[in-house]
Amino acid sequence: MQVPAPFEYERATSVDQAIGLLERLGSSARLVAGGHSLLPMMKLRLANFEYLIDINDLHGELGYIRVAADEVRIGAMTRHRELLESDALAQVFPIFRDAERVIADPVVRNRGTLGGSLCQADPSEDLSAVCTTLDASCVIRGSRGERVVTMEEFHVGPYETAVGDGEILTEIRIPIKPGKSGSAYAKVERRAGDWAVVSAGAAVWLDEQGQISDARVGLAAVGPNTTGIPEISASLRGRAPDESLYELAGAIAARSCDPVTDTRGSADYKRHLADELTRRTLRGAVERASAVERARS
Amino acid sequence: MQVTMTVNGVEYTREIEGRMLLVHFLRDVLGLTGTHWGCDTSNCGVCVVWMDGEPVKSCTVLAAMAGGREVRTVEGLANGAELDPIQEGFRQCHGLQCGFCTPGMLMTCRALLDKNPDPTEGEIREAISGQICRCTGYSSIIRSVRWTAVHEAKAKEEVAQA
Repeated sequence: MQVPAPFEYERATSVDQAIGLLERLGSSARLVAGGHSLLPMMKLRLANFEYLIDINDLHGELGYIRVAADEVRIGAMTRHRELLESDALAQVFPIFRDAERVIADPVVRNRGTLGGSLCQADPSEDLSAVCTTLDASCVIRGSRGERVVTMEEFHVGPYETAVGDGEILTEIRIPIKPGKSGSAYAKVERRAGDWAVVSAGAAVWLDEQGQISDARVGLAAVGPNTTGIPEISASLRGRAPDESLYELAGAIAARSCDPVTDTRGSADYKRHLADELTRRTLRGAVERASAVERARS
Repeated sequence: MQVTMTVNGVEYTREIEGRMLLVHFLRDVLGLTGTHWGCDTSNCGVCVVWMDGEPVKSCTVLAAMAGGREVRTVEGLANGAELDPIQEGFRQCHGLQCGFCTPGMLMTCRALLDKNPDPTEGEIREAISGQICRCTGYSSIIRSVRWTAVHEAKAKEEVAQA
């Protein structure tokens, strides 16, 4: 029987109360949202805490998807199922629906949350790659107020984030940039619902002439962090989208990532996937951006 | 610590350890052994129960997290001696062989039909994609869900006509 080591269970009733508890209990406490990554780690004693603070009651306060003209704000307690089912989100950032379709399974998606996924900071975690691709920022709240950090700043290392003791991730903000945009996500997994062998997300923005004004690629499971690849963005800006460009981006992705050989595949195979999935998602993102263009004209 | 939750319409208050998982609370504390305990890693889905109307994997939910919530287990499906239509569907279409995955399958499929009374084969496959059956190869489970969908639609029509 696998059960976590003993801990004291606390339940938070508001964000402020959760912060109060965290401040009082210090680094011996950990927040638990859906728990579908944290509880398995606790069962294996890879993670041990004296106090576990259940924040599921904060879903009312932190479970939302707000799409405005220039920004999308998503509450940290928004569950995978809600991200999957939101038409408003799929319309501006279809990458979310692509990713959510291949994250775990429908029953797990009933529990897991956006904030929990990001705070777990697993290098193979899909939503971190999605948020990196979309240049998201993270709102972290403590008793002294809020601070906003980029995804690069948020991810300190594997299983390590910028959220300090006495702090809680409350919201993800994603800018809606001007121009026609498209985004896509692709994942290769050993079986349905598994962690990625490799996954990739891409987002592109096209100007009036159909040239790429900006493009971003985020990869998961190919290194200690799910990071964006600035060199790809630099190589694609100002160019007209075509196959040779996707090939170039794929080649950059393959040599920029740092996969290791494990039970999911060899490092070489993962580099091959980073290349192929980068091309595939860029192609898909451009197709979607172009479809937006056609729909508007 | 003390936890109070409603299981199949009955309120229970028990003294538990904070680390106790919901699946063990249901089986070992309440004696409701209909919910099975399988992989312990939220992969196999035999432990699926409803929490506040939604299927969850009870091996990955703390009993404490279910405090104040409504839990429904496979024991809560039948109405006395009258099987729930999903149970009848599994019976009619041989939706089980050894029966180990059945409690979880029933709870997930019941939730699917409540949300989507006429699911396609693809939608059924997607709904049970977090659950493992090692006997039937899934085809007869899918037939069972379709049988239930058709019979529930018919029953609804008969009620409307009456």
